[in-house]
Amino acid sequence: MSTLMQEMNERALKAGVPLSVQLDLTYRCNERCVHCYLDHDDHGEMTTAEITGVLDQLAEAGVFFLCFSGGEVLMRPDFFRLVEHARSLLFSVKVKTNAFLMREKEADRLCELGVQSVQVSIYSHRAEVHDAITKLPGSLKRSLAGIRLLRERGMKTIIANVFMRQNLQDYSGVVALAKELGAEYTLDPTITPMLDGDRAVLGLGIDQRELREVFRTPELVGNVNEFCAPPPAVDDDALDSVPCSASHTFCYISPYGDVYPCVQFPLPTGNVRQQKFLEIWKHSPQMNEVRSIRGRDLPTCSSCSHLGACTRCPGLAYMEGNMRGPSTQDCEKSFARTGIPSANMLAKAAASPIFSGGARLVQITGGQQPAVPTLLSTK
Amino acid sequence: MSPLYIARSREIAARELDGEMMIMSARNSTLFNLNELGTLIWQAADGATSLEEIVAQKVCPEYEVESAEALKDAEAFVRELAEHGILLISDQPIAAPAAPKEPA
Repeated sequence: MSTLMQEMNERALKAGVPLSVQLDLTYRCNERCVHCYLDHDDHGEMTTAEITGVLDQLAEAGVFFLCFSGGEVLMRPDFFRLVEHARSLLFSVKVKTNAFLMREKEADRLCELGVQSVQVSIYSHRAEVHDAITKLPGSLKRSLAGIRLLRERGMKTIIANVFMRQNLQDYSGVVALAKELGAEYTLDPTITPMLDGDRAVLGLGIDQRELREVFRTPELVGNVNEFCAPPPAVDDDALDSVPCSASHTFCYISPYGDVYPCVQFPLPTGNVRQQKFLEIWKHSPQMNEVRSIRGRDLPTCSSCSHLGACTRCPGLAYMEGNMRGPSTQDCEKSFARTGIPSANMLAKAAASPIFSGGARLVQITGGQQPAVPTLLSTK
Repeated sequence: MSPLYIARSREIAARELDGEMMIMSARNSTLFNLNELGTLIWQAADGATSLEEIVAQKVCPEYEVESAEALKDAEAFVRELAEHGILLISDQPIAAPAAPKEPA
């Protein structure tokens, strides 16, 4: 992050300004990605007038960075009216789309409107892999054609690559594709549980061994020694730090007007159909509860050596049952980077059946083997 | 010296934070932060008021500076912003550009 951007974040944090908001315009989508955390039915999306009204409120609240996402944003016929309204309010607009419906007209319009960047998820350079994930035949071809149209017009375009078991082996192909297209590349090794709490999709994610390999690939993480360095000693700064921007300088609004601390933090804090945005942002008890949490308030993580460098997501922790608890997926990432188990992992290991009941040690006395204490129970 | 008119570009994102303008160029995502004085000039850049008038009416009373010196500094400032494409400058009043049309 640039120094100026960092300064801006700090000032916004101090002033209690929601610098960034993600607004999902719809959960409807033409793709059916195997790992998607959303239900794609329309349960009563906000109307054009409701959304433009929300945008007015967001501008008044000081929001600068606005991300339109979904679902697939181009499924909404009023999408460009909404972008136009957002740009007239001088938001820095980012759009997340699968680009399947991106034609010349749409690409032209995004450029004319001064959209800052467009992010497109690409899972593989091979159609058979990408299309099997999106469950939409022809989707890789169409998405790449959309990206090409955007790049030809000079639009900053970001290819986002979510790592799963079924596409991990193709990352270098996607990196090469991004290079060829002049697009930026970003990876995400985390699969998010469904918003309704269903965690079955997590089984699609890569395992610890694969994560370790990813984190040791310079092409993906840059300087491996730096990226995988042991965490710095936990000091007062770490203990007094806020876990992330959720509820501090960022929040998320669903197509139904529900406001949450973050897109993957489904704690309801209010609804813009019933309340003013600023009323929710400033006075929602839930928003203020999230805002009050510091490193030292986390029962397990405050005693963890990773605290100062952990990517702990309070939303994922919330989905595990406790917003002040650890996020196991982030513990696994910290472990994969450094080889140092987190406090959560150690606590879980200590509580596991292997250790329970007084840590049964089995002495093997038969044959020539020496007496070896083992952690394996014969029970 | 002919008057100089200034107008905010449409190809930017902008928001006031704590009394100072944050501006991002849509052209290349460069981020700018204007101090209070720069913000004052930026907000007055309506395309119809000359820079000389802006300096005389807004800057000098607020900052108690000498008019000629303030105008010189202000001119250097607006030319720098114009180079980055976030401000338009002209020796004629600048009309607000029409919004792009909705695709059919």
